[in-house]
Amino acid sequence: MKVWRYGDSINTDMLFPGKYTYTCSTPEEVIPHLLEDLDPTFHEEVKEGDMLLVGDNFGCGSSREQPVLGLKAVGIEAIIGRSFARIFYRAAINQGLILIECPEAVDAYEPKDEVELDLEKGKVRVGDKEFSFPKLPPQILKIRDAGGLLEYARMKLNER
Amino acid sequence: MGYTFVEKVLARKAGKKEVMPGQIVTVRPDHLLTHDNTAAIIGKIGPELDRYGIADPEVPVIVLDHVIPASNEKTATNHMRIREFVERFGVKNFFDVGEGVCHQVLVEKGLALPGQVIVGSDSHTCSYGAVNTFSTGIDRTEAASILLTGETWLKVPQTVKITLEGHLGKGVSAKDLILTIIGSLTASGASYKCVEFHGNIERLTIGSRFTISNMGVEMDSKGAVFPFDNVTERYLKAAGAESEPVWADDDAKYHSEHVFEMGEMEPSIATPHKVDNHRTVRELLGLPFHQCFIGTCTNGRYEDLKTAATILKGERVSKRTRLLVCPASRSELLKAESDGTLNILLEAGAVVLPPGCGPCLGAHQGVMAPGERTLSTANRNFKGRMGCKDAEIYLASPATVAATAIYGVLTDPREVKI
Repeated sequence: MKVWRYGDSINTDMLFPGKYTYTCSTPEEVIPHLLEDLDPTFHEEVKEGDMLLVGDNFGCGSSREQPVLGLKAVGIEAIIGRSFARIFYRAAINQGLILIECPEAVDAYEPKDEVELDLEKGKVRVGDKEFSFPKLPPQILKIRDAGGLLEYARMKLNER
Repeated sequence: MGYTFVEKVLARKAGKKEVMPGQIVTVRPDHLLTHDNTAAIIGKIGPELDRYGIADPEVPVIVLDHVIPASNEKTATNHMRIREFVERFGVKNFFDVGEGVCHQVLVEKGLALPGQVIVGSDSHTCSYGAVNTFSTGIDRTEAASILLTGETWLKVPQTVKITLEGHLGKGVSAKDLILTIIGSLTASGASYKCVEFHGNIERLTIGSRFTISNMGVEMDSKGAVFPFDNVTERYLKAAGAESEPVWADDDAKYHSEHVFEMGEMEPSIATPHKVDNHRTVRELLGLPFHQCFIGTCTNGRYEDLKTAATILKGERVSKRTRLLVCPASRSELLKAESDGTLNILLEAGAVVLPPGCGPCLGAHQGVMAPGERTLSTANRNFKGRMGCKDAEIYLASPATVAATAIYGVLTDPREVKI
């Protein structure tokens, strides 16, 4: 498992350039351009189960959901950040991508540290240090646990 | 204890007596805005649309604006699918290519009203705070879900109170004001919060308030709202709209409070590649620009074009640069045409683009070459935003961009005639 480290204010244009917004929508179309202007070899080297460790205001900018779709599709287990931009945070819930807001864990990380997540307990272990993070409210966990918002909406429509 | 604007609006919308920050409520938004991305949104829910249809044909507002007219077969096909969808489900509010940027169109057609809740699959949906609407951006998946179910969840945000004191000086505009505020509070300074503007707002036109609310998302706010006053009332009456305004109580509880003195503000710019990189124009006078751009939902209205025309009357755009003008809507373009504003811009050498998003997002029109630099009235200067990662974008007011177009280098608009 590799930890990919990025800094503060990584915006949606760096995660997925706007010029592709109206021509690439599916995960297959998105992946080749994922993080193109930030880390051009990321999409080739990333492996299922990898994590991102990021700074403040990750995902700021557009309401563009392709970065979330792409990161979920390449198998990112979770993004641990100092903080996330609002629309990106919401988009992650809607796609079932796990975001952990835990500045202490980000600051404690040293290269080569192992990072382990326990979602049930709301704990993240970085090297030999352990940190707590707030769990999502139950209403919102229902969306994530359904596999994302559309699956959740389908479930509710079927119940009607 | 009193309530903030957003607490009142969300309580009313959720059918509750009161709501508290952090509480999650289910609401049925008054409108759902989508644009060219409608094609991708409906592409996610084909079978569900066949089976259930859409929740309410009155709710969606669809505006084709991002890549118009279509630039290639793919974008043309997207537009075609959207027109078919509109026809099939009887979507009441559809605006085809050429009407303008979605946010401008929504407000000028009287579709965003005081006290309403509007969500849209575009981050600048927060613009309607200018007319006392709670509006915020969502992603495409959520837009697809709302098309089907008509409802969504919102966490009641805390609120940041910004009080504006004094008055803007000559040559200083709403754009300079919001660039100054974002520079001070930072690009994440209002994260997950609603921003309320209080104080001396009576001289700020709806266009100016639009510029300010539009850029609320650049400090990551969930909404950026103004109170309803005589200015809002006159504007909405002209748009033929009724309204039920809402505003915060005097004893509302805020996350934080800030006071800004407008008289101290100066013509401002945001330097690459972050909107909170605030500098005054005076600090960087003489910086060369290859391209000057006036337009977008932030600053493409008649009053912005008029400001530019006042500066450019009888002048020529410098051979060292080029000036692109992209009106925010057909109606704003018509106003500029009827009083000669448009003529002045054309005679000065401006390239006038069809009303829409134009060069702002780098999908077509006005893309830069590596090493080039644009001075833009848009809202974002992210690396790669205008289609080239090795180019630079600086943000400024229409007056600063127009003054700069004359000389090809950064110019203080107060130094030319205004």
